[in-house]
Amino acid sequence: MIPRHLLIGVAALLVLVVAMGIYLRQMRRQAKELESPAASALPVAPPASGPTETVTLYVADDAAGVLRPRSAQIPLPGGRQQRAEELLRALLRIYQQPGAPHPLPPAADIRAIYLVDPGAAVIDLNAAFADQHRSGILSEQLTVNSLVETLALNVPGIQRVNILVEGQTRDTLAGHADLSDSFDVTTIEGSQ
Amino acid sequence: MPSITTPTTLTKKALAILLATLMLLSVAPSALPSALPFADDKHVSVYSPVATYTLPVLDRAGREYVGLLELLEPLGRVSTQSDGRRLRLRYDTVDADFVAGKTRAKIHGRDFDFGAPFLIENSRGLVPLSSLGALLPLFLGTPVNFRESARRLFIGIAGIQPSFRLDAGNPPRLLLNFSAPVNPTISTEPGQLRMVFKRDPVVSPGSQSISFDNKVITHASYSEDNGNAELDVTANQPLMASFSNDRRTIVISAVMVPVQQTPAAPSVVGTGAGSQNPAQARPAANSAAGNNNNNVHRVLVAVDPAHGGEERGAALTDTLAEKDVTLGFARLLRHELEIRGFAVALLRDSDATSTLDQRAAAANVSRAGIYISLHAVSQGSGAQVYTALLPVEGTSNGVFRTWNAAQAPALPLSRIVSAAIVAEMQKREFPVRASSASLRPLNNVFMPAVAVELAPGTEGIADLTSPNYQQRAASAIADAVVSVRDQLGVQP
Repeated sequence: MIPRHLLIGVAALLVLVVAMGIYLRQMRRQAKELESPAASALPVAPPASGPTETVTLYVADDAAGVLRPRSAQIPLPGGRQQRAEELLRALLRIYQQPGAPHPLPPAADIRAIYLVDPGAAVIDLNAAFADQHRSGILSEQLTVNSLVETLALNVPGIQRVNILVEGQTRDTLAGHADLSDSFDVTTIEGSQ
Repeated sequence: MPSITTPTTLTKKALAILLATLMLLSVAPSALPSALPFADDKHVSVYSPVATYTLPVLDRAGREYVGLLELLEPLGRVSTQSDGRRLRLRYDTVDADFVAGKTRAKIHGRDFDFGAPFLIENSRGLVPLSSLGALLPLFLGTPVNFRESARRLFIGIAGIQPSFRLDAGNPPRLLLNFSAPVNPTISTEPGQLRMVFKRDPVVSPGSQSISFDNKVITHASYSEDNGNAELDVTANQPLMASFSNDRRTIVISAVMVPVQQTPAAPSVVGTGAGSQNPAQARPAANSAAGNNNNNVHRVLVAVDPAHGGEERGAALTDTLAEKDVTLGFARLLRHELEIRGFAVALLRDSDATSTLDQRAAAANVSRAGIYISLHAVSQGSGAQVYTALLPVEGTSNGVFRTWNAAQAPALPLSRIVSAAIVAEMQKREFPVRASSASLRPLNNVFMPAVAVELAPGTEGIADLTSPNYQQRAASAIADAVVSVRDQLGVQP
C-alpha cells in the first residue's frame, strides 16, 4: 500500500504543476498584450480611394526654416473628416521619403482627425510620431505649422487646432513645441 | 510589591521602541547635515593629465580625510574588497592592504605610515588628507605636488603659470597670459576684479603680490585656498574682463569714469557700442540693487538654461545632452551680462530638474526686466531667436492675466529684443533667423521674453561646446540686451 505521506506529496506536486501552467498561460497573454502597442506604430488606415484632386500642402524645409507650398494630386474621399486625414497622410508621405526636406520617422502616422464645429480640429498622432520626432524648437514648430496650415488651407472653416498623441494630451511634441494649448490658425499663418 | 510584566505590556513596549526607532531613522537623514556643518564646504582639487576633479574633505576626530577609492578611480583601474575591518585595494598592478583604526598599511609590499588612523565607513576607505603627498606616488609611480594648506593636488603636471603684461594706454589694460585655456569665474566690485579658478591648475605667477607702475591698475595678488586659485586685480577705476586667444588670454580693462556726470547725460545705454559703459560696469554684484545714480536703473536679466536633471532635452550626440550645453552657455551669458552691468538671475545653475511652470514663476516673481531662454540643437547652423507664438492682443482680464497668454502684452518689446539679437549676431557673422514658436515658458512670463536656440557653426557639433563659439553668441546677446536696455525696466 502506498504510504499516506507520499500520496499527499504527489497531490501537492500535481496542484503545483497545474498552478504553474495557469500562471504561465497568464504570463503569455500579458506578454502578447504588451506587444500590441507596437502595432500602433504601423499605419492605422488603409490607403484612400476616390477621385484624384489637386491640393496644396505646406511642406516644411529645415534648411530654410520655412514652409513651402507644394501642389500634390491625391485621391480624396468624400467625407470632410476622412479628407482631412488623407491630406495629412499625403503630407507625411513626403516627409517619410528618403532625402525629405523635413524628415519624420517612418512609423509616424495620423491616427484620426476630429472636426468639431465651430472651427476646431483635433489631430490625433500615433505614439511613434512624437516619440521618434527629432527634438528641437525649429524642427518641432515646423511640423506643427505644416500640419495646421495644410489642414486650415484645405478644410475650410478651421480656426483652431489641437494636437493629441495616442488620444491623450501631451506637454510637448519632442521636448519643445507646446501641445498643451490649441493652435490659433491666424496666429500661425501670421508667424510665417 | 514587585511589579509584574505581562506579555501584553512587553508587546506594547516593543511596539513603542520600534515606532521610536522608525521616527529617529526618518529624522536622522535630515539632521545629519546640521551635525556636519562643514562637510559640504571643504574640498580638495586634483589636477592630472587624465582628469581634473574635486573631492569632498571629511572631518573625522579633528582630522581631515578623503575617500581613497574616489581619489584613485578617475586615475586608473581600481578594485576593492572589504570585510568591514580590513580593506584590500588593487590599483592597476599595485596591491594594498589597509586595516581600520591602524596608522600603518601595506602598499606594494612596503609599509606605509599615514600619521593618523585609516578609517573604514560603509566599506569605504578614508585616508588622512595630510598623507596624500606621500601615499599617491606609491600607487601612481609618479611624483605629486600636494599643497595641503590650499588642498590642491598636482599629479604629473606643473600647473599653469600666468604672466602679466600691462599696456599703459588710455584706458590701461592688463593682459594675463596662460599656457593653456582657462575658465575662471569672474566677479567685479568697485575697484576690484576677482578671478576664481576652480578647475584650472593655475599656480602662482612667482610672487603672491605684484604692483604695477600705473595710476589706474595698481596691483594684482594671487592666493589659493580650499581647492581654488584666485587672482585679484585692484584698480581705482571699474574693471572689466574679456577673453581672447582661445581663452588663453584674459584682458582686463579699466573703464574710465568721467569725473563729473551731468544729469542731462544719463548713463543709460542706447546703442550696442555703449556696451562698455563704465557706469554699467561699476555695479557688478549679482543683485538687482540700484546704484547711486538715479538716472540708471539696474535691469535684472532672467537667464534660463532649458531642460536639466532628468529632462535631458535633445540628444546632440550620443554623449552630449542639450541640458549640459545650455547650462554652460547660460553661465557664459551671465558673465557677459554682468560685465555690462546687468544683474543676472540664472534660473538653473546646476543639473536640477525644474518644471516649465516653476521656471515661469521664478522669472515672474523675480520681476526681471527681460527673460532669455537658452536651447541648443544639432541640426541647422548659427542660431534661431524665438518669441512667443501668440496674438499680440491677448485676452484681457483686467488686472489678471491668462497664464498661457501672460506674454501677450510684452510681445512687441520681445520682438524688438529678438531683432536686436539678430542684428548683433549678424555683426558677428552668425547665420541667424528670428521666428515665433509655441514654446513654454515663453508664453507664461510677463516681461519681454526670447528663446535663443544655438546650432552648430562651421566646425559642426563641436562648436556647441566650444567656449569661443559660445562666447561669440553670448557676447552678441549681451550687446543686444544693452542696446534695448532703456526700454526694459521693472515690471508692474
